[in-house]
Amino acid sequence: MSNQIPLHNVTPPTEKDGDTVDLYASREKIYTRAFTGVFRNLRMGGGVVLFLLYFGTVWLNWGAHQAVWWNLPARKFYIFGATFWPQDFILLSGILIVSAFGLFFITVFAGRVWCGYTCPQSVWTWVFMWCEKVTEGDRHQRIKLDKAPMDANKFARKSAKHGLWLLIGLVTGLTFVGYFSPIRELLADFFTGEADGWSYFWVGFFTLATYANAGWLREQVCIHMCPYARFQSVMFDKDTLIVSYDPRRGEPRGARKKDTDYKAEGLGDCIDCTMCVQVCPTSIDIRDGLQIECIGCAACIDACDSIMDEMDYPRGLISYTTEHNLSGQVTHTLRPRLIGYGLVLLVMIGGLTAAFLTRSLVGLDVSKDRTLYRENADGRIENVYSLKVMNKDQIDHIYLLEATGLPDLKLQGRREIRVPAGEIVSLPVQLSVAPKQLPSSTNEVSFSLRAIEHSDTEVHAKSRFIGPSIR
Amino acid sequence: MSTFWSLYVTVLTLGTIFAMGWLLIATRKGQRADTTDETVGHSFDGIEEYDNPLPKWWFWLFIGTIIFALGYLAFYPGLGNWKGLLPGYDYADNEKKIQFSDGTTGWTGVHEWEKEMARSEARFGPIFAKFAAMPIEEVAKDPQALKMGGRLFASNCSVCHGSDAKGAYGFPNLTDADWRWGGDAQSIKTSIMNGRHAVMPAWGAVIGDQGVRDVSAYVLTKLNERALPADANADPLAGAKTYATTCVACHGPEGKGVAALGAPDLTHPGGFIYGASFAQLQQTIQYGRQGQMPAQALLQGNDRVHLLAAYVYSLSHGDEPATNSE
Repeated sequence: MSNQIPLHNVTPPTEKDGDTVDLYASREKIYTRAFTGVFRNLRMGGGVVLFLLYFGTVWLNWGAHQAVWWNLPARKFYIFGATFWPQDFILLSGILIVSAFGLFFITVFAGRVWCGYTCPQSVWTWVFMWCEKVTEGDRHQRIKLDKAPMDANKFARKSAKHGLWLLIGLVTGLTFVGYFSPIRELLADFFTGEADGWSYFWVGFFTLATYANAGWLREQVCIHMCPYARFQSVMFDKDTLIVSYDPRRGEPRGARKKDTDYKAEGLGDCIDCTMCVQVCPTSIDIRDGLQIECIGCAACIDACDSIMDEMDYPRGLISYTTEHNLSGQVTHTLRPRLIGYGLVLLVMIGGLTAAFLTRSLVGLDVSKDRTLYRENADGRIENVYSLKVMNKDQIDHIYLLEATGLPDLKLQGRREIRVPAGEIVSLPVQLSVAPKQLPSSTNEVSFSLRAIEHSDTEVHAKSRFIGPSIR
Repeated sequence: MSTFWSLYVTVLTLGTIFAMGWLLIATRKGQRADTTDETVGHSFDGIEEYDNPLPKWWFWLFIGTIIFALGYLAFYPGLGNWKGLLPGYDYADNEKKIQFSDGTTGWTGVHEWEKEMARSEARFGPIFAKFAAMPIEEVAKDPQALKMGGRLFASNCSVCHGSDAKGAYGFPNLTDADWRWGGDAQSIKTSIMNGRHAVMPAWGAVIGDQGVRDVSAYVLTKLNERALPADANADPLAGAKTYATTCVACHGPEGKGVAALGAPDLTHPGGFIYGASFAQLQQTIQYGRQGQMPAQALLQGNDRVHLLAAYVYSLSHGDEPATNSE
């Protein structure tokens, strides 16, 4: 490349001895202020539902087993009445694709609502912030407490906070491991010291991970670790609903007495109370515009709206709005991008549902023996196969075996194969054909299995029948 | 490795780790106080770059990786000839004080494998030993032993003998009553342990083409009681005479075979693993045959061969265990 981009030195460097700063900066602790509002209520309502789902589902039972159970050693994954085997993992990728497109759709429409309302990192952090509030007090009290020297009061409050954090972490960890190792036995064994080493390790791991993530890391995950945060800018366009401050209404900002004619003084609606900054979990000033740290939680909207209410100004100085709206243009909500994502999402949901419903509950693997063929006692050409029958249902079945593909094909070996629920049975069978009736030295044959009392459950498997070429 | 190379590796490895640490600390300073959170100071076509500081915990993570690396190299071999401090690698089996096979101690990949094999042996060995102490005929009646034997058969023997053990061209049918090397339990075990080498000499040059046809005709009609093809051009009676002088030494006067030599019983259809048609018999007699059953003693050991012998024995005695439920 011969054309170099011209480089202009903008800030002349000033060399001052000893006046350098660390490349790494300790982050400043964020003290969030408590607030109430519409979006906070939305978030709490949604959070309650999600918590019920997460903490509650593990306790449900289905028949003889836990309703939702990832049995890793046996490689069987139970979701209520369906058992998924490793061969069914393609369905998991289907779920992930649906989730991805769902995420893209909602992000194009309403920005980072996943981050602010439903992401586990956020949800647990909000809970841990509440723990701080009840043990250490409101924002100004917490700032004061941190500045104070250690005494009995501070020690008690800090211990209570960390104790609460660890307790929530422990419940979270136990629940998570409970999806893999049935929760009732896990709890009984865990607290009597009888669980195996790995159970203790993983519960401890998830406890500490919850504690560290929600207690210490918090917004560092969103800002420095999460990839979704980084590609949000790809998803947004000028019609996306983002949390935005309206500078046309708010500027110029400034303090004023209530009930004065502030417009005559040349002021905008923003009273510069900095509530929006104080409630922000990532400690940004939304008035600077859309930023990478903004997780779309609308805390600033709730805070500003409550201030607007007190000042008797209309709500919505900070609101969910679009860049088109802010620049005075028309917002097109139903645009090709959104419709496109929505259509793909519907198609994928349809495909996934179809795949779930048409999933075969019996599996058949056919392995032809290494030996090409042999001549049996009746003078017929014989091929031997090893069959593996997998009963993927949750009840026992008897299957009927058949083979087709060659004239006068004889199947030797068991016809009725009984397989208990979730088990695999392997057996050898022989197919034989009269030598003169063999069309070619290699022929395709097909085995089929059908459940005797439930003819919908059936599966086919192809194999080859080899014989001598008769000249 | 030699001292030179050991030192070479150690110096380079530790040197790199310390160099990383030095680099990390040397680059800590450098941002000018008045440009923090401002731009880097250059404008590329009007585009400027923020000069934001990095999170402090990244620095500590990096320090953490250096500490982990040093700890790892202390416990595990990685620095030349340093064997590592990892405890628990003095013996392959700590209880029985079994040494590692190469005579050394300390962690290596091979030693870890040997420890795992010793653990497996300690866990499963008693089950095998229990069956190895029982007579084969008794083992052949035990369902667990038959399942184990069946799985061993599927892994090791079904390749040649078929997954149904009914044999193939050149490999005997193990489910019938015909045994060329002896069908009693001990003979079966010996066949598996030590292997067998069957040799049918080539008689074409000795008895001539006509002789081959005659003997084939004799075996086909008199011993097997089957019809001779129309265009055979063979005399079974002449074949009988040739048989009595040439073949009787191995196959016996009535063609019943001699187990000690592995000569098959020519009156049993199971004896013809290379085919029993007139043409195939001629080929066998004309050119001879060589059969090889590989010895399993070194590969499997006595206990597993014992189970296999019991399994094979059971195939021709009592119910055929045709399935394996996992």
